[in-house]
Amino acid sequence: MVSMSGLSLGQDDMKMIGAGSYLPLYGSDTDEVFVPAFYLDVYPVTNQEFLAFVKANPAWRKSKILGLFADGSYLNTWLNDTTLAVEMDPNAPVTNVSWFAAKEYCDCQEKRLPGMDEWEYAAMASEIQANAQTDSVFNQRIVSSYETPKTYSQPVGSTYRNYWGIYDMHGLIWEWTFDFSSVLISGESRKDGQTDRNLFCAAGAVSASNLMDYAAFMRYAFRGSIKANYGIRNLGFRCAKTANK
Amino acid sequence: MLKIFQGIFKIMSVALLLVMIACSQEQQDAATIRVSGEMQAELVAPPMVPEPVGSRPATRLKVELEIIEKEAEMANGVRYVYWTFGGSVPGKFIRIRIGDEVKVTLKNHPDNKLPHNIDMHAVTGPGGGATSSFVAPGHTITFSFKALNPGLFVYHCATAPVGMHIANGMYGLILVEPEGGLPPVDKEYYIMQGDFYTKGKYGEPGLQAFDMQKAIDEHPDYVVFNGKVGALTGDNAITAKVGETIRLFVGNGGPNLVSSFHVIGEIFDKVHIEAGSLINENVQTTLIPAGGAAMVELKVEVPGTFILVDHSIFRAFNKGALGMLKVLGKENKAIYSGKEQEGIYQPEGGTIQEMPGENAKTPKAESLSQRIEYGKQIYSQTCYACHQPNGEGIPNAFPPLAQSDYMNADVDRAISTVLHGKSGEIMVNGKTFNSVMPAQNLSDEQVANVLTFVYNSWGNSKLEVKPEQVQKVRSGH
Repeated sequence: MVSMSGLSLGQDDMKMIGAGSYLPLYGSDTDEVFVPAFYLDVYPVTNQEFLAFVKANPAWRKSKILGLFADGSYLNTWLNDTTLAVEMDPNAPVTNVSWFAAKEYCDCQEKRLPGMDEWEYAAMASEIQANAQTDSVFNQRIVSSYETPKTYSQPVGSTYRNYWGIYDMHGLIWEWTFDFSSVLISGESRKDGQTDRNLFCAAGAVSASNLMDYAAFMRYAFRGSIKANYGIRNLGFRCAKTANK
Repeated sequence: MLKIFQGIFKIMSVALLLVMIACSQEQQDAATIRVSGEMQAELVAPPMVPEPVGSRPATRLKVELEIIEKEAEMANGVRYVYWTFGGSVPGKFIRIRIGDEVKVTLKNHPDNKLPHNIDMHAVTGPGGGATSSFVAPGHTITFSFKALNPGLFVYHCATAPVGMHIANGMYGLILVEPEGGLPPVDKEYYIMQGDFYTKGKYGEPGLQAFDMQKAIDEHPDYVVFNGKVGALTGDNAITAKVGETIRLFVGNGGPNLVSSFHVIGEIFDKVHIEAGSLINENVQTTLIPAGGAAMVELKVEVPGTFILVDHSIFRAFNKGALGMLKVLGKENKAIYSGKEQEGIYQPEGGTIQEMPGENAKTPKAESLSQRIEYGKQIYSQTCYACHQPNGEGIPNAFPPLAQSDYMNADVDRAISTVLHGKSGEIMVNGKTFNSVMPAQNLSDEQVANVLTFVYNSWGNSKLEVKPEQVQKVRSGH
């Protein structure tokens, strides 16, 4: 955090994620997905950044936002339209934001929300490896962090910096992705293996034996439980940008 | 002959068919039970249970469960982040009756990190409700079902990864009472076993993370009743009075282990096997599957503390699967006497310390030095283990023979001790000892030798004990 003071977390604070292939949870052994190079925000979007956004865009204030775009929990811990609650750290990630609001925020920055494959690809990097899927210590750490309560109130940058130079991919909050709802989890997780072979094949559900799969199961389950107008205390976002070819 | 068998088989088939029809008939009937009115279910945290449904008619029953992820104590100094239905492990006890139309509302607390759902084994329908109850943090969801089968059922979370949600404590029991309710008893309690997998070993202090690998390997660090070590012991013990009949609703959340539920010092008068309709009687230990339950009834006849265990016994004494039932009231000596008498067991002729061949060819000592030499051999074979190489004894257990005031004060008493053994309290060199020395199967010559050795060693009085002296003491008794 000390290293962050004086830094402005603006548009330029992104890092390039190098192109590569990865095996998504829902794929079979032969279905590696190629992820082209892209830029990703180093930190999740903070309360103070989102505050600046709603000040500049009154339509996205909590009293003004259309019900279609956000449910009752949108920014519901804020004191009012343009004031954070006293106990909120301005540098903590913004949460209780809907997918629509997150998307709009990124659009305004001339960025976009990362795709789920992009996000998963960037998130499988540990401090030292681009692909730490087989690092049991790293994966146990992720699973444990998902169980740690109230991490959303910590400032951004307070967890680890990964191989690409990106902070807080695990350990602070869940993050919206552009196509979060493309994996259809019915809620009856034990059945998903059979009903939707493309996305959650039986092999993935039944024989998941490494810990990375378990952490991923938790993320996919979370994504399956939410709708685009939801605001959730542990759910924030960061933006991405397509790299110039 | 074959014809007869076929005939019997046919009759049996028809009988079986009739039973099956009867069963589906019962379900059919339950489905058509009319409901009247509407009420809020009273949910109760373990080890207590809500009031019996009694004879109330079937109704529209609202059940509201709040899902809370929270840190709590697993054992002394050991913390764990539990995922709970209602803030406790196991979750709140739900009590309904057959034919009730139950509206279940799940509320996932906004501070929670994960989505959850509920699979109730009492529900007839896809996923036991899981397909219809998947709920994100900060949201609520509602589904309804009609209770068609009576019995005691497990409910649990079935969100991926299912094992982890269960391993963190997301299970509880729902009781569906039959028409007219269960027979009344004096006391009812709610107990649920679960296995837990922590990063640190059993007892390692601090906040312990869930260990997925141990869970996959099925190597739990904790096997406990009601979510933590000691949830049902000491001041938390369940209680009853002599003469009362107790019903225990016992579940097993798993995720992995099967429970061999047993109450030490009691016999279950009745067990609803696997919590179904079949009743077994006079059962010592009942098996409770993971994701299953049992209803057991016992009448307590005598006072005392009765220990509840998983009789896979290392789980009880090394992993926490231990609870207590404290029964107060008057003793009944006709049923259990308590300790009546305690004594030393000395078979005919004393507790024999066999030394094959010794007796036959004990050399006769010609001098004091020879007597000491022979005595030393006997000492090193017979006395050494307790009284130690230099007669120092073992504090609080075996008295010293070195500089022993007790020995030096009375030689006949020493001879008698070797011949007849000794038990009870004695004072040696200012210290009290209270243990048992068995009688020694030695000849007069051998007793004389070994005592002479002792009296001539380690600062004792340098007395020589003669075989005739030993003979005199022996015949004097």
